[in-house]
Amino acid sequence: MILNLLFFYFAAVIVISALFVIIKRNAFHSAVALLVTLIHIAGIFILLNSEFLAAVQILVYAGAILVMIIFVLMFLNVTQRYRMFNRQKFIAFLMGIILVGEVLYVISVSAIKGPKGDFSIAKIMSEGNTQAIGRILYTDYLFPFEVASIILLVAMIGAIVLAKKEPQ
Amino acid sequence: MPETFLPESYLPVLIFLIIASGFAIGTLVAGWLIRPSRPYAKKLSPYESGNPPFSDARQPFPIRYYIIAMLFVIFDIEAIFLYPWAVAYNKIGLYALIEMILFIIILFVGYIYALGKGALDWES
Repeated sequence: MILNLLFFYFAAVIVISALFVIIKRNAFHSAVALLVTLIHIAGIFILLNSEFLAAVQILVYAGAILVMIIFVLMFLNVTQRYRMFNRQKFIAFLMGIILVGEVLYVISVSAIKGPKGDFSIAKIMSEGNTQAIGRILYTDYLFPFEVASIILLVAMIGAIVLAKKEPQ
Repeated sequence: MPETFLPESYLPVLIFLIIASGFAIGTLVAGWLIRPSRPYAKKLSPYESGNPPFSDARQPFPIRYYIIAMLFVIFDIEAIFLYPWAVAYNKIGLYALIEMILFIIILFVGYIYALGKGALDWES
């Protein structure tokens, strides 16, 4: 009961603030609305008993990624006069219809539940959420983890190459 | 869902958030109800330590902030990966230690690259 109530609160705020992200004409207002969305997604993760993901959501998305977005907005000089108004209503409408169709299709297909995995919530809670993630990530999913480090390295070098002026 | 667990240990966090936002909203509403409203152009202008504002605050920033932000994001993610490793360390042993050393070495290469390119120097 209380769980459902909390879920509906978080879901409603996520949908409304996500709407504000796309309909606000001032990009800074969009960024603040995005912050609200990301924090409430962390709330959904806590309701799903994935505490580690909730912490990551707050630290990385609401913290680092949002700082990044606001910095990029500041580089682009989004003043009152030079805001972007892209008149692409037809394409937006078309893509919106396609997206809604895809989402409806996925919901109708996945309404039939698959078999349950080995890791029930009770089992994970007895071990500890973060401990379980650590144990599985660093044994079974070792290769994706090391690939992630390469991707981070590429991103770092790419940012430096793009933004750093070569000394003459 | 047959198996759902109410995350009870987060109840203090919820209460804290409710009190914090309630206090913020409450003081704003109380101030709005009590204070007299006599606005004029000078009072509504942004306060800059007594000087009249002379330009838009939204100046374009130097691009070198971008490198700092990007490096912050990347090392933030590296730190996030260290947490699950650190709490499960006694169960996964030497294998995971070597793996984590490899991970840190790969990112350390990026750090050396950033230092060598002078990406962290503020001048130039």
